[in-house]
Amino acid sequence: MSLAIEEKSRLEKKAHELRLLSLDTVGWAGSGHIGGAMSAMDIMTILYHKYMKIDPSDPAKTGRDRFILSKGHVGVGYAPVLANLGYFDPELLKEYNHTGSPLGMHLDSLKVPGVEASTGSLGHGLSLGLGMALGARVKGESWRVFVLLGDGECDEGSVWEAAMAAAHFKAVNLVTIVDRNRCMIDGPTEEVMALEPFADKWRAFGFEVVEADGHDFDSLSAAVERALAAKDKPVVIIADTVKGAGIDFIENDYKWHYGSFDAEKAAKAKESLARYHERRIGTAKGEAR
Amino acid sequence: MSGGLTFTMLDAAKMSTAEVYGAALCELGAEHRDVVALSADLAKSTKIGTFGEKFPDRFFNVGIAEQNMFGVAAGLAKTGLVPFVSTFAIFTSMRGLDQVHTDICYQNLNVKMIATHAGLSFGQAGSTHHCTEDIAIMRSMANLTVIAPADGASTGRAVRAAYERKGPVYIRINRGFDQIVYDGEASDGAAAGSAAGSDGGPAAGKNFEIGKAIQLKDGTDLTIIACGSCVWRALEAARMLEKTDGLSVRVLDMHTIKPIDKEAIDRAIKETRRVITVEDHNVIGGLGGAVAEVAAETGKSFSFARLGIPDCFSLIGQHEDLLAHYGIDENGIAAAVREMMGKDFEADENWDDEV
Repeated sequence: MSLAIEEKSRLEKKAHELRLLSLDTVGWAGSGHIGGAMSAMDIMTILYHKYMKIDPSDPAKTGRDRFILSKGHVGVGYAPVLANLGYFDPELLKEYNHTGSPLGMHLDSLKVPGVEASTGSLGHGLSLGLGMALGARVKGESWRVFVLLGDGECDEGSVWEAAMAAAHFKAVNLVTIVDRNRCMIDGPTEEVMALEPFADKWRAFGFEVVEADGHDFDSLSAAVERALAAKDKPVVIIADTVKGAGIDFIENDYKWHYGSFDAEKAAKAKESLARYHERRIGTAKGEAR
Repeated sequence: MSGGLTFTMLDAAKMSTAEVYGAALCELGAEHRDVVALSADLAKSTKIGTFGEKFPDRFFNVGIAEQNMFGVAAGLAKTGLVPFVSTFAIFTSMRGLDQVHTDICYQNLNVKMIATHAGLSFGQAGSTHHCTEDIAIMRSMANLTVIAPADGASTGRAVRAAYERKGPVYIRINRGFDQIVYDGEASDGAAAGSAAGSDGGPAAGKNFEIGKAIQLKDGTDLTIIACGSCVWRALEAARMLEKTDGLSVRVLDMHTIKPIDKEAIDRAIKETRRVITVEDHNVIGGLGGAVAEVAAETGKSFSFARLGIPDCFSLIGQHEDLLAHYGIDENGIAAAVREMMGKDFEADENWDDEV
């Protein structure tokens, strides 16, 4: 099932806007986890701008869907998503990482409206999300929890403790998404600590696995739709992504897990993101690349 | 504090401390729909399973996976529920500590951790299952309340108080039975500073208030500050010393290690000038450390000793024997009191002008 052209264009435009805002945020912050922010941006965009039932004017609204950024270091990608939606004043992004700012590298749920859980120590998000999903069940509520994991994070044993439990408790109101950008701090995931056969691992833990192109809204949409229709087994979406997607000189380079841009590099990055967007819009409209 | 536990039903005298906890939790569960419970394959040992039998839809056994358990508890608390989580103290304070720190304490969530098998109470299991570090670890967590009740009755009170207190709470209790300090339905006990109950006798845990030490016996020569299983032993030692040595020894049940009752410590220093702390925990960083921090800031000179596990991994053995071995049973405590009284340095110093 493909998205309508208008919707796809809307999502493309939003994702482009958010990538630029994230790049700016890294500039204001001085440095940041730009690689993982770019690999995750399309996933966060489709969740926040198509699927999640939320009300930015009432961050604690009863019955809202929850999102947990388990790869919490990507605050420079997530804070722009929330600011852009109106959870807080986007001007605050200009104080990112500054002393006394509510916004730091890892977002604090008690300080940043819209952030459902304070993450940063890896391997925590799926347990938190499972707890919320079970809480919804206990309370007889029908909202859902979306958890975005990094792939490198899946080295943590606690991820698999949570996976085992999510399947055991048949937590179908929990949607797990892995940003499979194949990079971690010290190198490619398969060199530092091999995850493959990754999908098989999730299947063995009792999940239904949906593989998707993490930078294609049709593919992501189909995957999320399938997860929302889960009846018996929880679904994990393994989203094939590119670390640093859209910024050509950092793409797929694990060394850009974290970094900073001088004025020249920032300008180059913006140009690259513009070209990336043009290319994707062309694809979105059904034109040849 | 509203509501009271019906210990006539629980009959704390015939139940192990954890059984009282299980029963108290079931009462809370019946009263409050928001109480949920979790264990990590220790539902039976910790007695949280009794809640699970009564409220299966509100109980989650996550298997042997403590990190996940504390994370799930945090998630449940985020939805407005009040999770009670039970595993052994060592797994609460160490195996799942990153989750306890980041998911629960950092986010100031309403999770109640009732940790069993604390101190050397699982003596025969050895140091993999002893837990003589948890007070030091847990009291360094911001937002967290840390409680070590003396017996079953006070555990029941502490569990209820924990529910009524907003934010994360850690309660360490022992495996098996504890000597009875508080008679659940007996007359009201004395809070620290009160004259009532100063001659000993089972002061009731009715007055259990987080952060407020309970004075079990008044005294003017020396104060013993104890928590957990050492409270009964401290009281026995004080009574014995009164009879045999004519000493007037004050006994404080410092059930709440954090926030600690500074006023009671301050008064003990001013009024008795000698303080001994006793705990089933490493002498580093636990009750003794907490009291020392407060005491050092009073600016008063006083004689001080910390009794506990002397910074070592314990012998294997029965709990009673181990407490005796490390000098934290009634005889060991009495010996420490006599030693301190024997120092007789009062003559060299004029304390009167400081009081």
